[in-house]
Amino acid sequence: MTTPGQRIDGASALIKSLEAADVEVMFGYPGGAILPAYDPILDSGIRHVLVRHEQAAGHAAEGYAHATGKPGVVVVTSGPAATNVVTPLADAMLDSVPMVCITGQVALPAIGTDAFQECDTTGITRSITKHNTLVTRAEDIPMAIAEAFHIATTGRPGPVLVDVPKDIVSPANPDAWFDWYWPTELNLPGYQPDMTPSASSIADAVELIRSAERPVLYVGGGVLKARGAEALLALAERTNTPVVTTLMARGAFPDSHELCLGMPGMHGNYTAITAIQQADLLIAMGSRFDDRVTGKVGAFAPGAKIVHVDIDPAEHGKVRRPDVSVVGDCRIAMEQMLTRLAEVGGAEAVADHTAWRSTLSGWQEKYPLTYDREATGELKPQYVLERLAELSPDDTIVTSGVGQHQMWASQYWQFDHPYTWINSGGLGTMGFSVPAALGAKMGMPDRTVWAVDGDGNFQMTGQEMITATVENIPIKVALLNNSYLGMVRQWQELFYDRRYSEVSFGRDFPDYVKWSESMGAVAFRVEDPDEVDDVIAQANEINDRPVVVDFRIAEEENVYPMVPAGGSNDDVIVDPSQQSMLDADRAAGALGADRRAASKESQR
Amino acid sequence: MNRPGTMSSHTIAVLVENKAGVLARVADLFARRGYNIVSLNVAPTTDPTMSRFTIVVDAESAPIEQIVKQLFKLINVVEIAQLGPPDVVERELILATVEAPQESRSQVLELVDIFKGRILAVSTGKLTVSMEGTPDKVNDFEALLSDYGIVEVQRSGVMALPKVGRPVPRLRAGSAEPTV
Ligand SMILES: Cc1ncc(C[n+]2csc(CCOP(=O)(O)OP(=O)(O)O)c2C)c(N)n1
Ligand SMILES: [Mg+2]
Repeated sequence: MTTPGQRIDGASALIKSLEAADVEVMFGYPGGAILPAYDPILDSGIRHVLVRHEQAAGHAAEGYAHATGKPGVVVVTSGPAATNVVTPLADAMLDSVPMVCITGQVALPAIGTDAFQECDTTGITRSITKHNTLVTRAEDIPMAIAEAFHIATTGRPGPVLVDVPKDIVSPANPDAWFDWYWPTELNLPGYQPDMTPSASSIADAVELIRSAERPVLYVGGGVLKARGAEALLALAERTNTPVVTTLMARGAFPDSHELCLGMPGMHGNYTAITAIQQADLLIAMGSRFDDRVTGKVGAFAPGAKIVHVDIDPAEHGKVRRPDVSVVGDCRIAMEQMLTRLAEVGGAEAVADHTAWRSTLSGWQEKYPLTYDREATGELKPQYVLERLAELSPDDTIVTSGVGQHQMWASQYWQFDHPYTWINSGGLGTMGFSVPAALGAKMGMPDRTVWAVDGDGNFQMTGQEMITATVENIPIKVALLNNSYLGMVRQWQELFYDRRYSEVSFGRDFPDYVKWSESMGAVAFRVEDPDEVDDVIAQANEINDRPVVVDFRIAEEENVYPMVPAGGSNDDVIVDPSQQSMLDADRAAGALGADRRAASKESQR
Repeated sequence: MNRPGTMSSHTIAVLVENKAGVLARVADLFARRGYNIVSLNVAPTTDPTMSRFTIVVDAESAPIEQIVKQLFKLINVVEIAQLGPPDVVERELILATVEAPQESRSQVLELVDIFKGRILAVSTGKLTVSMEGTPDKVNDFEALLSDYGIVEVQRSGVMALPKVGRPVPRLRAGSAEPTV
């Protein structure tokens, strides 16, 4: 035990600082510049997971953070290792994932000389981190680490990178020794995130909520970051307000709840999308009007007033000017709204939403998510996911790659618990699911973790199944193998006249079963719908080894509904089996009447 | 690009921690989000741990409110004051080398005199002059000099301080609403 004031070298201080920051697990990969820091890891209680590529260390840290709410920690060396973590840093930045990344750097005197494995890590990562810093004195290490954890986990969370030159962690360097301390106070005069919204903004928001006739709670990932699922449930129920959960917020509100409309956006369901379009009030809760949700911004929710709740002041008015801006933590804001509602008269003080609710359930009945269930001889990805959800434990954690399989997973899994859905929403990073599953399983070892992956994605980071085996992290992979870069193929089918350019992966290479087995996983192949249940049951039984199931799904299945990029949400394309009905409804003006009346009113 | 002192530019004073790379962070932010900088000035303050940027931004490239909020996301930014024209004193320095052959030399000298500028260097056919004033005045001076032919020009960019006794909306870290 090093006590305060005792001499310590920079490397030991770095690891000791991580311990002081309550780090239990870190994901990393050693190399030249970070070598000195790897020595004290041997004597530390922190579990180090040795990944097979630094990108995976980053995504694993993200998966861990998503699943646990604790910051994910990455340790890698300089130069090429630092550039390999650029993708997960950018990913964590866009999805507001708390993460601390420690990179080795060449020795101070070598910085700027184009030394071996030197790169300008803080320069490269400046715009994809919440903050980064190059430490130049060994005695600054505890402060830099303490500040990094504070910045990563407070306010709007995000990745923080600490670049550590080799000489200040080299015990052989007398200047790398100092008296150990762990800071009790941080020196961040420019950083005081505002957690508590102003009382007036809460009162104004509640006024709009009380009088709204067609409100929608438009819930984003910020609710999960704020640990706000309970408050959300209370607020939605108390105000009888329907809820849509964005791709980053699936699970923040139970899909099984009668107020849940599911996912809006480019591949959202008809009712969620159209509810927003026809709402007279959108309560944007920790959501950021992302273009994949809004479609054409000018045509987004044209008749709706906006209450925007977000901890990041810069999100307010960035895309859509709110009528009421509530700057603060979503959980606190929702609790205060509930208190305020009680003050002004509780549930009775809220306008009646019966008509609105019945309009919505009418749409739900008419335009549910659907696919061709009768198709014979083909394995439908939607069917696989329905069965997987049905046969896996209720609190299973699902991670996903990026592509069609991601959208189907988000659509067809029923999420009833927060922190059970982990994906790359903002950056859309292929290769996310397998390493993210590793991280989630490390954080939640007692939970079943399924990575829903695409064949293209799996070829980007599938090597991490080795990590899963060797480090004994028994994750499961449901490979929705359509032998295509399916999402790209879908766009080429719909928007490029079926001219398929560089999207076919073919059925034969690799052999996913052999490949997975060679990495130590138990592997299955499923081609027949009748085999699905049995294989899933077997896979769910295996808890001592990783599992990969190669589901050979229909090659040219498309994801519906779809709002073409840049198009208006009003022009959503639904499943082919529903489209002619929708066209007829549109022609008859049966939909949208409410809104047209409403927007005329608001123009006056 | 807008000149300082024109309608569509805004002046903000940004107090930052005097840490390595802080200039790059600010510059990067503007570049990344497509905000145009008209001019930028940076120097230490009386507190050696802090520096102050005076930035004139082109408000046509983005709403000033959004620029300020994005700047505040930089951890090292401590305080931002929006300096509107009635509340601040603004000054800028211009150095210019102008063509001044025998025929027009006296006119150039007269111009410099009217604007209370100074002659810094003299050679056959050319003069290097300086002038300090409000951005508007500097614009006028430069425009008039250009009639004679400007060989080289360097402007300092605007520096600004709040007028004594005038409240200036300052945004501090940790408060969403501007405080006065
Ligand atoms: C790193 C990266 N490169 C390219 C893309 C563009 N992209 C988005 S989805 C996709 C296809 C993914 O194919 P696959 O893993 O087979 O999933 P599918 O869509 O077939 O389910 C591609 C190439 C991306 N999102 N990320
Ligand atoms: Mg595919």
